[in-house]
Amino acid sequence: MTDTHPVLELRNVNKSFGPIDVLHDISLKVKAGEVLCLLGDNGAGKSTLIKTLAGVHKPTTGEIWMDGGRVSFDRPKDAADRGIATVHQFGGTFPLMTIGRSFFVGVEPTKGWGPFKIFDRKKANAVAVKAVQSFGITRIDDGDRLIGGLSGGERQSLAIARAVHFGARVLILDEPTAALGVKQASHVLRIVLEAKKRGIAVIFITHQVTHAMAVGDHFAVLIRGALAANFMRGEKSREEITDLMAGGEALADLDAYMESHDGHAPDLVS
Amino acid sequence: MATATSPKPADGPAQAGKPGVFQALGGLARRPEAGSFIGMIVVFVFFAIFGGAQFIGAAGAASWLNVAAEVGLVALPVGLLMIAGELDLSIGSVIPAASLTVAIISGYYGLPEILGVAAALAFGLAVGFVNGVLVLRTRVPSLIVTIGTMFAVMGLTLGLAVLLTGATSTALVPTPFWKAIFGQFVGGMFEITIFWWILSVAILAYVLHISPWGNWIFALGGDRESARNAGIPTDKVTIGLFMTSGFSAAFLGVCQVMIYQSAQVVGGQSFIFNSIMCVVIGGVLLTGGFGSIVGIVFGTITFAIVNQGIYFTNFDPNLGSVIIGALLLVAVLMNDTFRALALSTITKKKK
Ligand SMILES: Nc1ncnc2c1ncn2[C@@H]1O[C@H](COP(=O)(O)OP(=O)(O)OP(=O)(O)O)[C@@H](O)[C@H]1O
Ligand SMILES: [Mg+2]
Repeated sequence: MTDTHPVLELRNVNKSFGPIDVLHDISLKVKAGEVLCLLGDNGAGKSTLIKTLAGVHKPTTGEIWMDGGRVSFDRPKDAADRGIATVHQFGGTFPLMTIGRSFFVGVEPTKGWGPFKIFDRKKANAVAVKAVQSFGITRIDDGDRLIGGLSGGERQSLAIARAVHFGARVLILDEPTAALGVKQASHVLRIVLEAKKRGIAVIFITHQVTHAMAVGDHFAVLIRGALAANFMRGEKSREEITDLMAGGEALADLDAYMESHDGHAPDLVS
Repeated sequence: MATATSPKPADGPAQAGKPGVFQALGGLARRPEAGSFIGMIVVFVFFAIFGGAQFIGAAGAASWLNVAAEVGLVALPVGLLMIAGELDLSIGSVIPAASLTVAIISGYYGLPEILGVAAALAFGLAVGFVNGVLVLRTRVPSLIVTIGTMFAVMGLTLGLAVLLTGATSTALVPTPFWKAIFGQFVGGMFEITIFWWILSVAILAYVLHISPWGNWIFALGGDRESARNAGIPTDKVTIGLFMTSGFSAAFLGVCQVMIYQSAQVVGGQSFIFNSIMCVVIGGVLLTGGFGSIVGIVFGTITFAIVNQGIYFTNFDPNLGSVIIGALLLVAVLMNDTFRALALSTITKKKK
């Protein structure tokens, strides 16, 4: 037990879609300033788990706790209001909007009198550019640029900076490095560490062991919807983690298969 | 006349640099209306050459301005809807329905014009409201929903007109006051609708580009789900936009009945395609999320110049349709190029 409450805690969460059980009895804790890496094979239920945390799905049974109090999210907005921010794979979702405009979607800064509200473009641009630059992305210096003109890594960085700017306490990143090259991915990882340094709890989904090892403090492995392993940094070796990420026996199976089939790749059956 | 200035001039990056002029030019080329502005100039020059002095004179200007104002009144709200990712085809039957409402109430029954006009505008708002609610509730694409309401309104108009008056067209002789504000010809040839159109441009430019609500409309067209998660009242915005387009279509119907002093059940269908063409030529992305009011104005003027300019030349008038069709294709291709330019990174040389 620790002296402080975890920022976010799942207690015996189950989720099923009709007859399909996707999550089984998940209990997990994330503390402030901690990076939790959520690992698991395709279809293990990682996205379903974070959607439950983000208010997209409601748990079928089980409880979600924040700061020692029970919470319940009926819609994504409820989770967002409590400081849970989700950044999806491609970061900015408004490719044809400018950096300044998309940064402030829904919370536009205005000036003007009475009913004549004016969108304060200068302020929006300045705040947005300053927020990304504080994360070390100094190449972004013009808030009038369109999101679609940024690189994948810059978009991710911008989305993370936005979440932090608006007071996120839990940052959920669903495969933020999936489509990125080595250099861009390391940029995003550095920003994850920066967010952690600011005391934010980060939940990070990835399929790449290197990325998980680089930033993770705490690892949780899902296999077919159940929590197969839950351990802290340093408690398991790189090989053990790789093995767990592939669903345990999978790699051993593959070795056996390759041996018995003269090295031909197996057919792709899920 | 339209000028090249846009409502929010691009002031480049803060640091003063040598390539200031190029940056300013680059900034202009990156604006969504850049392509449609060039298209408008090309078309104007073309007809100025082949249409001669008559086209450049007041009569020529009046002929295309009148067309631009009428189609422009509906193209503006249709453009806003398209930026928000929706379409509205029901305007095609709301326009004649509104005309007939005024003609039947104030012409056939001889009640005061204010009643006829109020009923027509309320009808437009109601159709817009129904469109919005149906699109949100059924999740059927608005293209299909508004085709449905278009036929429903057309049938209703025809049925009621025949039931009440026994005819499919009704005459109206408006009193001087109503003729003056909705149906007069300024200087003997410029329809008063031109001024209503300019007013509409000013209001909607404020909404889209200056007020914070414009951001909601762009976000809605970019990604509805994310917009909702960001706390934007997406349902209200959608219904509001459909009501704006229903109101604008009814307003045009009111103007038309005051101008032509009679109303028919059919006669609004051409506005459906024409308004969409103006909007697309004006650089609005068909799938939503991108566009501008100035662009729609340029697109509307371009359409109107070709539509009317052809009569000032020696060409076969049918050629006008061919030009408009070709223009539409060129506009879409050109707009793609300009959008790609807008997406390209500006600051390459600086680190
Ligand atoms: N809305 C739904 N209805 C029914 N089944 C669903 C639904 N959403 C997810 N599932 C199922 O739940 C399982 C877990 O899916 P999920 O998307 O959470 O996997 P994942 O771990 O994120 O996989 P990946 O690594 O491929 O992203 C899958 O078998 C999927 O088919
Ligand atoms: Mg997933």
